[in-house]
Amino acid sequence: MDVRSQTAMLFHLDKCIGCHTCSIACKNIWTDRKGAEYMWWNNVETKPGTGYPTKWENQSIYKGGWKKDGKENISLRGSGKFKGLLNIFHNPYLPVIDDYYEPWTYKYLDLIESPQGDDQPTAIPVSLLTGKPLDIKSGPNWDDDLSGTPEYARKDPNFENLSPAEQEAMFQLEKMAMFYLPRICNHCLNPACVASCPSGAIYKRGEDGVVLINQKVCRAWRMCVTACPYKKSYYNWGTGKSEKCILCYPRLEAGYAPACMHSCVGRIRYLGVLLYDADKIKDAASAPDNELIEKQLDLILDPFDENVIRMAKENGIADSTIFAAQTSPIYKFVKVWGIGLPLHAEYRTLPMLFYVAPLLPVMATLSTTDNATQAGKLDPIAKFWDKNHLYDTATESIWGTIEQARFPLQYLANMFGTGNEEMIKSVLKKQLAVRIHRRSITVGDIDKNLVAKALIDVGLTPKAADDIYYLTSLAKFDDRFNIPPAHREQALEMLENTGDLKGSNGFGFKEAPMRGM
Amino acid sequence: MNLYNNFFFVAFPYVAVIMFLIGTIYRYRATKFKYSSIASQFLETRRLYWGSVPFHWGIIFLFFGHLTAFLVPRYVLLWNQQPLRLAILEITAFVAGILTFLGLINLFYRRLSNPRIKKVTNYADIILEILLLTEIFFGLWVAYAYRWGSSWFAVVIAPYLKSIFEFNPQTDAIVMLPLVVQLHIIFAFLILLLIPFTRLVHLLVFPLSYLWRPYQKVIWNWNRKKIRNPKMGWTIHKPQNN
Repeated sequence: MDVRSQTAMLFHLDKCIGCHTCSIACKNIWTDRKGAEYMWWNNVETKPGTGYPTKWENQSIYKGGWKKDGKENISLRGSGKFKGLLNIFHNPYLPVIDDYYEPWTYKYLDLIESPQGDDQPTAIPVSLLTGKPLDIKSGPNWDDDLSGTPEYARKDPNFENLSPAEQEAMFQLEKMAMFYLPRICNHCLNPACVASCPSGAIYKRGEDGVVLINQKVCRAWRMCVTACPYKKSYYNWGTGKSEKCILCYPRLEAGYAPACMHSCVGRIRYLGVLLYDADKIKDAASAPDNELIEKQLDLILDPFDENVIRMAKENGIADSTIFAAQTSPIYKFVKVWGIGLPLHAEYRTLPMLFYVAPLLPVMATLSTTDNATQAGKLDPIAKFWDKNHLYDTATESIWGTIEQARFPLQYLANMFGTGNEEMIKSVLKKQLAVRIHRRSITVGDIDKNLVAKALIDVGLTPKAADDIYYLTSLAKFDDRFNIPPAHREQALEMLENTGDLKGSNGFGFKEAPMRGM
Repeated sequence: MNLYNNFFFVAFPYVAVIMFLIGTIYRYRATKFKYSSIASQFLETRRLYWGSVPFHWGIIFLFFGHLTAFLVPRYVLLWNQQPLRLAILEITAFVAGILTFLGLINLFYRRLSNPRIKKVTNYADIILEILLLTEIFFGLWVAYAYRWGSSWFAVVIAPYLKSIFEFNPQTDAIVMLPLVVQLHIIFAFLILLLIPFTRLVHLLVFPLSYLWRPYQKVIWNWNRKKIRNPKMGWTIHKPQNN
C-alpha cells in the first residue's frame, strides 16, 4: 500500500445555476492574456449540448483518454510513445482554434473617436488572432440554456444507446430539460496528459496531486491537448506552450479555496483531501468498463483506518493532511454516502473531480390530465400551464418520479455511470430520500412509514440524511473547503540547508550575491 | 583566393561550430522557456500536413544520410560498388530531397499567406526558411549535376569534415570543387551557426527520452521518505524538482 494524498473536488450539479461566475473568476486571474484568450480553464456547459470545445466527448474525433487493449493493459488512444512520436510533425487529432472559437474583442474606441456623421458609430468585432474584422459565427457557450438546439443539443455525444424516440422526447417543448455542467481539470490519478507529454513537462505534484505543466520544459509537441479526454489542456498559440488549470495552487498553498470555488454563487463546489492507494492505480485504470467506477472508489482509503494512518505517516503525509482527509467533504459525498460519481470514468484517467448528478431536471414528470377546470379558475389573461399536462411531484409511489423520469436516465448514465443506469438511479434515489425525509421534518405531510421505507430502501440512516442535507444546503465556507496547510516551510528545509544559508542571502536574491561573474 | 578559401572553409566552420555550441548551451541554460518548436498547428492544420510531414521526414533522412557518409565513408563506398545499389541510394536520396524541398515550399507559402500564421511569424523564421530552401536547392542541384554525390562525398567531403574535427583543416580538395558544392557547404555551416538564434533549437531537444521514461510522472517538492526528524541535525537533500 502506497498511501498518497490528493486534493479532490466535488460539484453538486443540482445546485448549479449556470451563472458562469466561476469561469469569470478564473479568466480574470489566469487566462486574460495574449494566446490564452480562448482558454476557459473553468467552463460551464449546458447539457444536453456539444460543449467546449465542440463535441469534446466524442473520442472518435479527438482520440483522448486511455483505451483498453486486451485484458490487462491500457494505452493512450491518440498519442503515446509510438503514435505520439510518429505524429509529432503533424498531429492529426489536434483540435484547432476553430473547434473552440476564434477569440474577439470590439473596437470600442470607434464609439468615441468616429467623426460626426448621420449614423450612430458602432463597435465592430475584431479578431484577437489577426486583428481583422470578424463575422462572429459562434463563441463560448453559444448553446447556453439550450439555444440553437438543432445545431448543438441534438449533436450531444452522450446520446449513445438512446433510442431516437427517447432523444426526440427530450426536445419536445413541454418536456425539454437541461442542467449545467461546470468543468475544470480533473487532476486525475492516471492523467493521460502526463503520459502523453514527450518532453515530460507535465507532472503530478506528489504532495497534493495537482497536475501542472512546467512551462520551461514544454516544447509545443501538443500531445497533451489530444490526450486529455476532457480537453482541459490548452495550447497557448502565442507562447507555444500548453497551459491548464493549476487548481489555483498558489491559493491552495496559502489555505484559500481556488478562485472558481471561492466565487461560486450556488455554492456547488466542495474541495477536500482524499487518501488513496497508488499501488492500485494501474489495476483500477484497466478494470472492465462496468467495474471502473467501483474500482476507482476502492482506491480511496478510509482515513480513520489505523493501518492507513500509519502508512500515510511513513510516506511523509502530515498529520494536518490526515486530519483534513478525515473531515473531508469529498470523502463523505463519495465514499460514505456514495452520491458522488466521476464524469466519464470510461476514459480511464481516474478523475478526482466528482459530480452529484442533478435530480431536479429528472424528477418532475409530466402526466396527461385534464386541467380545464383548474385553468378555468384563472384570470383569462394570466399565464397558465398547458391545460393537458401537469407536473407530477406526487409522493404516492416513492420512486415513481425517478422510474418515469422525463430526462432519460441513460443520458445521465452515459455521463456519470459508464452507461450503467442503476448507478445513476441509486444516486438519484438517495437524493430523493433525503428530500422526502426533510419534508417530513419541516412540513410533516408525509407518512412516517413511507419516510422510513424510503430511507431503508436507499440504505441511509436519518442521521446520514440529515448530514447530506446539511452539507448540501447549509454548509458554510469551511465545511465546503477543507484545505490542509501546505507545509511549505518544511519543504524549504528539504530543499536547502537553511542553517547554512543564514546570513548569506538577503531578501530578493535568487542567486548567491557574489561579485563579478 | 587563398584568403577566400581560408575564410570560408577553415575560419567560418570553426566560428559556426563554436557559436553553435556556446549559443545552444547558453540559451538552454539562460532562456529555457524559449527552447521550443513553437508549433503553429493549432492555428492552421491542413496545409501544415502537406508541408511539415514531407519536410521533416525528408530532412531527417537526408541528415542521417550525410551523417552516415561522414562517419563511415568506407561502407558507403562498399555499398556503391554495385551500380544497382548506387542507383537505389542516389534515387532514394534525391526523392527525399524533392520531398523536403516541396514540403518547405508549402510551409513557406503557408507562413506568408495565412493571416493567422503571419501573426506568429518573426523575421528569424523567414530568414531561416529562405536559407533552408536555398540549401536544399543547392543540394538537389549538386545531386543532379555532379554525379554520384554519395561516392565522391565519401572521398572528398568526409575527409575534409574529419580534418576540421581533428583541428588540422585540409582544404586542398574542397577548393577544387564546383561553386555550387562550395556554396552548399558554406550554407550548411551558416545554418549551423544560426541554430541557437532561431527556432531550430527544437531539433536538439527532440524528445527521444520519452521512449524509455515511465508514462506517469510524479514530483515531490520534498523527499517524502526523508521528513526531517526534529531529534536529528540537518539533513541535506535536494529533491528532483527541475
